[in-house]
Amino acid sequence: MLSFLRKNKTESAAHGTLQPVTKDIEDAFFQPTRALPAIEFRNVYLAFDDKVVLDGVSFKVRKGETKIILGRSGSGKSTLIRLVLGLLKPDQGEILVDGEDITYLSEAQMMHVRAKIGMVFQEGALFDSLPVYDNVAYRLHERDVDEEMVEEQVKRMLEFVDLEEAIHKMPAELSGGMRRRVGIARALVGNPRIVLFDEPTAGLDPPTARTICELAIKLRDIQDVSSIFVTHEMKNLEYLSSEYAIIDNEGKVVFEEEGERLCIINTEIIMLHEGKIIFSGKEEQLRASRDRYIQRFLNGK
Amino acid sequence: MNPFKKFLFELQETAFLVYYAFVRVFRRPVYLSEWVRQMDVIGVGSLPIILLTGFFTGGVLTLQSYDTLAYYGGQSETGRLVAYSLIRELGPVLSALMVAGRIGSAISAELGSMVVSQQIDAMRALGTDPYRKLVAPRIIALILMLPLLTVGADLFGIIGGGIVANSLFGLDYNVFLTSVRNGIATEDIIGGVIKPIFFGLIIGSVACHKGLSTKGGTVGVGRSTTSAVVLASIVVIIADFFLSRALQHILE
Ligand SMILES: Nc1ncnc2c1ncn2[C@@H]1O[C@H](COP(=O)(O)OP(=O)(O)O)[C@@H](O)[C@H]1O
Ligand SMILES: [Mg+2]
Repeated sequence: MLSFLRKNKTESAAHGTLQPVTKDIEDAFFQPTRALPAIEFRNVYLAFDDKVVLDGVSFKVRKGETKIILGRSGSGKSTLIRLVLGLLKPDQGEILVDGEDITYLSEAQMMHVRAKIGMVFQEGALFDSLPVYDNVAYRLHERDVDEEMVEEQVKRMLEFVDLEEAIHKMPAELSGGMRRRVGIARALVGNPRIVLFDEPTAGLDPPTARTICELAIKLRDIQDVSSIFVTHEMKNLEYLSSEYAIIDNEGKVVFEEEGERLCIINTEIIMLHEGKIIFSGKEEQLRASRDRYIQRFLNGK
Repeated sequence: MNPFKKFLFELQETAFLVYYAFVRVFRRPVYLSEWVRQMDVIGVGSLPIILLTGFFTGGVLTLQSYDTLAYYGGQSETGRLVAYSLIRELGPVLSALMVAGRIGSAISAELGSMVVSQQIDAMRALGTDPYRKLVAPRIIALILMLPLLTVGADLFGIIGGGIVANSLFGLDYNVFLTSVRNGIATEDIIGGVIKPIFFGLIIGSVACHKGLSTKGGTVGVGRSTTSAVVLASIVVIIADFFLSRALQHILE
């Protein structure tokens, strides 16, 4: 059994980034720490006054996995992400990050958890008073990193989001898509192992939205980052669950369609409705679902 | 929530804000450059309006009281009256009200728009404590700068009073200055500097609290800005009464 799994692993490595279904069982054997989910919600309950937003939500995001969260606006997607960062505390239930229970950590204790997490806010949430350079460098400046290293990292990150030319601009001078990409660069500085995207493509033109999805795919497949990707755009869902990134022979990143090989892409979907998770699984399963609400969500009618 | 309960709740929140801002204020990283920047914005930035306020307040004090004093033959004491009212009351209170209007509104609008555009959340997510980075430098700058501004207002008020006394009523500058010197005692000056320290704390904590508790988008920013200025001004005036009473007790 063990040798079988081991073989499977070498094979997948040869194929670039194949992710076998047995991955978590396999991880449990060969890399015990990988078996710990990056993020886990256990029966989380949260209400604002008497409005219940999350009503017993449980799920796990495995290491290296991308979890897409679907749901209509107001269904509590942003709230759920804010809980991961400890910006809000749940009324009941537990939240674990890398196996550590963060539910009752104080603001000061949360800081080391937040250092592992990059967050892309819904509208970018750039600091208006700082130029792009200082926005992206923010985390490093807070840590008193040497300015030379800061500059190098900022340039690398801006290159990653393809915005080198904007380095000295102020946020007010940027378009919506550029702001969002600066937000991504800021979130990724310091190489966080977990990245949270809150509707990163909302209101953007299709090519920019596509670029952002490609970034998320690269993070997942090449950098092995775990992430939560909140969206309600079906295009994003399609990209993230049908394409994968590999590095070709010339060292360039290329995106390939999944084709016939099912379940190699490390992305799952959960859907929120009225505070509960009404669906959890792969894209194929979602599309095959007979639930009327889900069908309406997918097709708009 | 009834209004009284709400008031107590807000008071508690404001007290917590001050506590959080200062409890770890010297833990690294210390945002010294931020402190200096705020002192510049708040202190240097407010200087012109404060000096103007002081100057014309001193002038109008002379204008309104000279005739009455002259009626009793006490026109040589004009300087005493101007200095006494300015240093004890009008200097600290008017400076505080001007700063509440100019800086209180700016602080609460800035923090409020940072809240609604999620910049505060982003800051926390990136590992910064907004109480230390945003609240503490503003309150510290107000506490340090408001007394200095008040002294400036007092000085310019006395100058303004002197100029009006001399140019409109022909009072000699020396007479005016002698009566100023006779009129003020050390405890007036001490009291006149202690008050603005408290006023600075009040303006800073009210404005930061209102700004950070902004809700409801851009409309909410307007609301919290207005209520920050109104509340800070009223609390300054109420606190002035009790501080005056306490200072009388302590200094005399
Ligand atoms: N700070 C808050 N106070 C009160 N209600 C809130 C707060 N934040 C979110 N809500 C409510 O919680 C619900 C979920 O919000 P949110 O998580 O932002 O939804 P989504 O991101 O899915 O659009 C909404 O109905 C919203 O009105
Ligand atoms: Mg949202």
